[in-house]
Amino acid sequence: MTTEKKRVYLDNNATTRTDPLVYQSMIPFFTEFYGNPSSMHDFGTPVREAMEEARHKVAQFIGAEHDDEIIFTGCATESDNTALESAVLANPDRPEIITTAVEHPAIMQTCARLEKRGIRVHYLHVDGHGRLDLDEYRSLLSDRVAIVSVMWANNETGNIYPVKEMAEMAREHGIQFHTDAVQAMGKIPVNVGDSCIDMLSFSGHKLHAPKGVGVLYLRRNTRFRPFMKGGHQEKGRRAGTENTPYIVGLGTACDLAALHLPEVDVRIRELRDRLQFGILREVPNCFVTGDIENRTANTVNIAFEYVEGEAILLKFNELGIAASTGSACSSGSLEPSYVMRAMNIPFTAAHGTVRFSLSRFTTEEEVDYVVEKVPEVIRELREYSPYWKQGKPAMSTFDPEYKGSLGKNS
Amino acid sequence: MWDYSEKVKDHFFHPRNAKIVEGANAVGDVGSIVCGDALRLMLKINPETEVIEDAGFQTFGCGSAIASSSALTEMIKGMKLEDALKITNKDIADYLDGLPPEKMHCSVMGREALDAAAANYRGESYESAHADSPLVCKCFGVDEAHIVRAIRENHLTTVQDVTNYTKAGGACGSCHEKIEEIIERTLREMANDEAASAEKDRSRTGEASEKAVPETPRELSAAERIKAEADAEIRALEEQMQRVREEAQAKIARAQEEARRRDEQLRAAKEEELRKAAEVSETADEGPVNENVPFYAEVVRVINDMKVALAQDGGSVELKKVTSEKVYVELSGSCVGCMMTDMTLSWIQQQIMEAVGHYVQVINTAAPAPLFPE
Repeated sequence: MTTEKKRVYLDNNATTRTDPLVYQSMIPFFTEFYGNPSSMHDFGTPVREAMEEARHKVAQFIGAEHDDEIIFTGCATESDNTALESAVLANPDRPEIITTAVEHPAIMQTCARLEKRGIRVHYLHVDGHGRLDLDEYRSLLSDRVAIVSVMWANNETGNIYPVKEMAEMAREHGIQFHTDAVQAMGKIPVNVGDSCIDMLSFSGHKLHAPKGVGVLYLRRNTRFRPFMKGGHQEKGRRAGTENTPYIVGLGTACDLAALHLPEVDVRIRELRDRLQFGILREVPNCFVTGDIENRTANTVNIAFEYVEGEAILLKFNELGIAASTGSACSSGSLEPSYVMRAMNIPFTAAHGTVRFSLSRFTTEEEVDYVVEKVPEVIRELREYSPYWKQGKPAMSTFDPEYKGSLGKNS
Repeated sequence: MWDYSEKVKDHFFHPRNAKIVEGANAVGDVGSIVCGDALRLMLKINPETEVIEDAGFQTFGCGSAIASSSALTEMIKGMKLEDALKITNKDIADYLDGLPPEKMHCSVMGREALDAAAANYRGESYESAHADSPLVCKCFGVDEAHIVRAIRENHLTTVQDVTNYTKAGGACGSCHEKIEEIIERTLREMANDEAASAEKDRSRTGEASEKAVPETPRELSAAERIKAEADAEIRALEEQMQRVREEAQAKIARAQEEARRRDEQLRAAKEEELRKAAEVSETADEGPVNENVPFYAEVVRVINDMKVALAQDGGSVELKKVTSEKVYVELSGSCVGCMMTDMTLSWIQQQIMEAVGHYVQVINTAAPAPLFPE
């Protein structure tokens, strides 16, 4: 690797670069203002004030009516766990949960745990483009359901889900509504104030704040049982001394995200489309997965047929390009991404899905570099593939079930 | 991203023999696109010498699948077929300076392709044994099928058993829950299998033999035996726990009894001591007593003040005797058993000394409170 190796980061749905302004705003809270925000003395007071200011910024950013509806947590995963566990505990006469087949593992695995405790979980199906069927959803709503949890935007495809509409439908049945909005924040306008959403989770590090800070929005008057016990912090709803430097950083990040939202919607969308069409034009046998009409502006997920995602990423990495894949081999499981399988993406392509996710730091030059390099990588890997022959798929000539027959390939 | 060795990276980025071999007479196809990895191994074997003169591959798969294929072709080129077939999947992994445990199946696929190619060369058919079983223990690379097989063959019932037989779960422990699930499921399946085969046996032997054969205790099936053993083990454990509990309770009772006895002895000793002291002072104090002591009036006044003060806390003090050197009092009420008794005494002593203007000793004649109130 040479020192001037080019580096293009297109994995912003995994995590984002901490904005230098965010970092700057955090520094005093490591050095000068180190007091505990719960302390009564002069070391605690300015820290508490800064934390409350950050809380106000976050509330403004997501359109919460009251600052105290914002609970700071360690990460969105914690917020997701808290929301589901709370709803189940607070509504003992409602033994069901509705969610989707394409949620983040933070929801999926919490649901699996609740299922073991006797909770019935309905996983809403998605169609080939990852879209939900609201009639199926309507048919499952009842007074037996404690909570509906639907992601605002999908991490792999960027698909945007109609959470506001779904929250309204849930409220008619007195059901709590939670949304995992991690992938929506800073990409689409999020306003809980004029919605029926009771709980919303997101994390800082997808929003150019650092890792290790998350938020659970909890609408006033929502029945709630804390997940973390052991202190009065966050009004007793999340025990544990607040991570004040990171909370301050998150406040700054929310301000900046609000400022940059129009840019993401216009400039980043253009760059994303430039990347998408550049690749589709140059590479045969590939297609975009998800709902092209209705997805976050920074995300594109492309399925390359007859190649395997991990091999693509290794080649990309050598070229300084960072993206991610739903391939089985990158995760240690033997099956490709459950999101891709839920959408019934054929196996010929599901192993070769690559997600490119941009941010406001992505430049046109970077996108052009990727568009230039991708076709070569895919062509090279297909050359090794027994499913590919002379620039075309060759499924019929390679079938390992086939046994015997000498020299059928010679 | 995986931690690949430099050798794996080298073979991935610069694969050797990634080509179609012209005139190949041994072709092995394994894997499938569903699983995410597939390999075609092409060999040109000299029919006279059985030496592998050329080898090539085409692989659909991840970095280590391509690297394993490349390594395999390098290893076997120039070898006699029978020698090549001695190569194990571990040899392939070792050639690459190791593979991550999750990726060992890539080397297995390479080995299988070689078997398939040999079968193809000899005109035999080849049945893949490459099981796509999810990896359970990442530390030791043990998959579910392997664990299920060990459970079935050895009647394993605990995670510890599974670890002993397969190593699975022997390191970080993060897969223990998964292993417990597999055990539970497998044992249930075994019980079902047993029940089904018992059912079949019954229907096969039929009613005719049912009359002829006298009722003999049926030999227990494997699953039933496991359940019986487990039940017995649980009962034994419960009994053992009961014993331990009883022993502990007996020990506590004995200790309490011992403490009470020692306390009584102490009290008796103390009373005896006080009695003796009183006797000694009565006989030894040659000097004047009570009214005859010059400062008797002051002492009475102080004690009366103290009574008022102590009454606020529910205690009381009684003046017993005054000599020219000692003042005997008896603390009563809440003063008895109070942890502050000694402080109260020294307070009284201080007050008396201030009143009379010289040293006097204040002695409490009340018996100490029992350590273990009944």
